Amino acid sequence: MIAFSVNGKLVDLDVDPSTPLLWVIREHLGLTGTKYGCGMAQCGACTVHINGEAVRSCVAPVSRATGKAVTTIEGLSADLSSPLQRAWLEEDVPQCGYCQSGQLMSAAVLLREKPRPTDDDIDEAMTGNVCRCGTYLRIRRAIHRAAEMVAKEGTL
Amino acid sequence: MNPLNASTVRERSGMRRRDFLKVSVAASGGLLIGFQFPGISPLASAQARVSTFMPNAFVRIGTDERITVIVNHSEMGQGVYTSLPMLLAEELDADWTKVGYESAPVDPKYNHPAFGMQITGGSSSVWSGLEQFRQAGAAARAMLVAAAAQQWNVDPASCRTESGAVFNGSNRKLTYGQLVGAAAKLAPPEHVQLKDPKTFKLIGKPIKRLDTPVKLNGEAVFGIDVKLPGMLTAVVARPPIFGAKMKSFDDSRARSMAGVRRIVAVPSGVAVIADTFWQAKIAREALQVDWDEGSMQNFSTSQMMQEFRERAKSTGTSVRRDGDAAGALANAAKKVEAVYEVPYLSHLMMEPLNCTVDLRPDSCEVWTGSQFQTVDRANAAKVAGLPNEKVQLHTTFLGGGFGRRANPQSDFVVEAVHIAKAAGAPVKVIWTREDDMRGGWYRPAFLHAIEGGVDAGGNAVSWRSRLVGQSIMAGTPFAAMLMKGKDYDPASVEGVDDLPYAIPNVTVESHQAEINVPVQWLRSVGHSHTAFAVECFMDELAFLAQKDPYQFRRQLLLKQPRHLGVLDLAAQKSGWDKPLPKGMGRGIAVHFAFGSYSAHVAEVSVTDGKVRVHRMVCAIDCGQYVNPGIIAAQTEGGAIFGASAALFQELTFENGRLQQTNFNTFPVIRMNECPEIETHIVESNEKAGGIGEPGVPCAAPAIANAIFAVTGKRIRRLPIRMTEAI
Repeated sequence: MIAFSVNGKLVDLDVDPSTPLLWVIREHLGLTGTKYGCGMAQCGACTVHINGEAVRSCVAPVSRATGKAVTTIEGLSADLSSPLQRAWLEEDVPQCGYCQSGQLMSAAVLLREKPRPTDDDIDEAMTGNVCRCGTYLRIRRAIHRAAEMVAKEGTL
Repeated sequence: MNPLNASTVRERSGMRRRDFLKVSVAASGGLLIGFQFPGISPLASAQARVSTFMPNAFVRIGTDERITVIVNHSEMGQGVYTSLPMLLAEELDADWTKVGYESAPVDPKYNHPAFGMQITGGSSSVWSGLEQFRQAGAAARAMLVAAAAQQWNVDPASCRTESGAVFNGSNRKLTYGQLVGAAAKLAPPEHVQLKDPKTFKLIGKPIKRLDTPVKLNGEAVFGIDVKLPGMLTAVVARPPIFGAKMKSFDDSRARSMAGVRRIVAVPSGVAVIADTFWQAKIAREALQVDWDEGSMQNFSTSQMMQEFRERAKSTGTSVRRDGDAAGALANAAKKVEAVYEVPYLSHLMMEPLNCTVDLRPDSCEVWTGSQFQTVDRANAAKVAGLPNEKVQLHTTFLGGGFGRRANPQSDFVVEAVHIAKAAGAPVKVIWTREDDMRGGWYRPAFLHAIEGGVDAGGNAVSWRSRLVGQSIMAGTPFAAMLMKGKDYDPASVEGVDDLPYAIPNVTVESHQAEINVPVQWLRSVGHSHTAFAVECFMDELAFLAQKDPYQFRRQLLLKQPRHLGVLDLAAQKSGWDKPLPKGMGRGIAVHFAFGSYSAHVAEVSVTDGKVRVHRMVCAIDCGQYVNPGIIAAQTEGGAIFGASAALFQELTFENGRLQQTNFNTFPVIRMNECPEIETHIVESNEKAGGIGEPGVPCAAPAIANAIFAVTGKRIRRLPIRMTEAI
């Protein structure tokens, strides 16, 4: 049995510990907001947080989450109240939308570590997240906008 | 363990699985709140247990004031779940905050009005839906007005509508929701008057997309997210070489692995069916399959391109012949010839292919991100052995399409139905990224040889194009319809057959290559390679004529006002005449595709052989337009799509085996490589054109021409490698 928390809820699973966290989240926990794109940490669609750190869940065995706190897109805020989601709404970022969970989860870690990120900071933090529709410019604008909201409101 | 998923919520609600979609639409119960149904917006799915009025196939109005627009095109990022509802809501005078969307079922009434099938492609959703959705909205409005006028006993002509309500005089108001019952008793009008565009409130405005919220919290259901009670997951071991056949397989190790339910031969390979994806994938690795490698086992793309080069030396099938290109070339003061080559490309949608099937003795339900519902359903029905009407196909969100999910053979749907026959339970077939990339149906590789000449005054006098490449249409069920009796494939030569420049002698010829690599339309289809060759060659001619590349084009487009419009706009907004810092170069390209005119100016630097695109200025004339916010997004996305192909992408084969398998070997532009992009839209009253694809073609030639401007070297092969520059 592997025990950890997902979006604040404790889970205790009987699962092969080598199974990638991505597939445990999607298939065992039914949280399908986290996406499969490449299976080799190349595209970032599967990005989640383990104890606040951005992790490519497609290559992280579920055992790595043991005793830790996992946050998925569903845990960012279901009601779209997070500054990142609001900024994404204001910039109307998504096209197909498939990569956006991963983009948001990467951006969340960036903003926590660098509340007023420069364009270079954004390049560094977001280059692991591919968007095939090409929404990068709007993502960049949305991150800057979210940073302004966080500065004003004081919470991420 | 049994994977716990949201489908258990449905089980508890006591509904039978097969009724799932129907019920969710008609009367989704309280237990389901928070569960997002495939292809239905939260507003639409929350339309629970209310009476509704459905004046036509495209709209449903509830007593709760909600307006659900049924969209017959697939949402793959291009914004149809917003732009098409905007058209309907405009004529309905709906309250936009009450408008939701729902994906249409498969039914002839949802056929594409021009193509006669349910399909999303050819950048055609908005122009083909323009009349259809406006008419539907206007008809609904007329019935609501008639119902209100009847209640008030006034002339309908004395009523007005605004924001979801009918008004009469200064104090009478009935909301659309209040009129649902009365309107439902009326006959639909035979004729309706559409609005004067001057009075539009929604059309032409950068309205925010309706599908954004569900794409920010994990609610949006893509094909890969579909969950059904008792569902199994399958992966397939497919042949390593196109045309290879399975001789035998040994599953002695794989079949005893955890979670594996069945391992079964299907026409496309060997399917491993397990409780979960990961179990199926691990078991597939333990499977031994012996393949008869077939006739493609020695296939190599480098050899193929050598054969293309030889073939281009001979005369091809005539596509266009104006004047005497050969004679004019012989007499030209200066001549140039160039051979352009482009590789096979993968669509590389972020969401790899997948399809979920629930097959019963007398019914079949399919969930997938389809771009080709009519064909997918018919092909599914054939394999299921059921009549079409017993097959329901549910269109989910598409995690990108780019043409791949409109497959004339329905490859990924047909295979899933074959597997469902063996699974004995609902089954989802998931392709890994590697499966998806190896699975074929690529943009065909092409060679495009061009010769041209200018006279002593620097005027272009001759142009001869010869193309070599595979036909997309030949051999498909649509060849007759789409090849229109021609002995060449129009999709191979589109974008050069209509060369717009005032050159008196033009010849275009096509050689059709027969190669057993499955090919298909990829975003902008033939234009994805013809614009590269044509617009790069125009630069070569300009250089030959010692003229500025923008002015040279301009002089040859004086009778093409819309080409000229975008060319001038892009040049002006880019500051074409202003000098750039040292080490930077500018390139320009203009192209017509899918009913729209596009021009790009790229600014590029080259350092140690590495190309960096700093800025792209895009001008687009798509005629009358609906949502400029979506147009900007599509134009930016198209430029990035085209630039990714130009800078990085190539599929190659050796010994019949594909050499690229994932994002690491088939890269796309990432955040740190993304240029600044500006989009400038031409105001126009011309017929609406497309927007999903027209942004792609100009990217590659604008970048290649900018590289020449800064390095003096010509790029004649994609992807761009400075070591190959001439």
